[in-house]
Amino acid sequence: MNTLELEKILDLKCITQNNLAKNISGCYISDLLSLAMGRVGEENVWITVQTNVNIVAIASLTEAACIIVPEDIKVPEDVVNKAKEEDIIIFSSSKTAYEIAKLI
Amino acid sequence: MADNKITMRFDVDANNFSAAGEASTKLKRTLKQLSIAPEVIRRVAVAMYEGEINMVIHANGGVIDVEITPEYIKMILADNGPGIKDINLAMTEGYSTAADSVRELGFGAGMGLPNMKKYTDDMKITTEVGKGTTIEMLVKNSVEL
Repeated sequence: MNTLELEKILDLKCITQNNLAKNISGCYISDLLSLAMGRVGEENVWITVQTNVNIVAIASLTEAACIIVPEDIKVPEDVVNKAKEEDIIIFSSSKTAYEIAKLI
Repeated sequence: MADNKITMRFDVDANNFSAAGEASTKLKRTLKQLSIAPEVIRRVAVAMYEGEINMVIHANGGVIDVEITPEYIKMILADNGPGIKDINLAMTEGYSTAADSVRELGFGAGMGLPNMKKYTDDMKITTEVGKGTTIEMLVKNSVEL
């Protein structure tokens, strides 16, 4: 599965850009950034309620496929802009982290 | 071999969480351009990021010097922060002295130094309370260039 397919299947809202069709090979859920930094795998979907700018650095450094922010939590515009600069895909979803992970 | 060394220097701003991670991202980009093995890049990136964040949270910023050679990648993180009182305690997973404001951002899980140790082949900490801390980390560049 890639990020384009994921967007459709999970009915996600892309708040950055998703024209890269990044390959997906797993999923990790954590809101502690140090844990995420060590454990988000390459090509993983990372689900987190954190929305500060550091999520972009972590997704970039871990080579995550994308970030999904659950429960319609709003992502600040500066974070969205930073993600666009770094080619990081951020999706928003009305579902909970559990519901999203189940569907993946 | 002596000519085969690339050095980089990064200034880390104090309390600037928005810029935290920039040095790690730049280093990672350089390592990618040099076709360093992805697993080596990942280990360097995680260790460097944790070090960078620690400098922002605890140490009023500092300077990171990086050496890239065919044999290893060395990162030297030097700060003039408060120093570490008890290194063994600081190395314990889950122990953190980070402020609540920092924890709200998702940091301060007490994983920084343990992650740095875990993802590097060698780590040396030199610290003096009231003067600062220098952390030297080395990751072997396992792939023959």
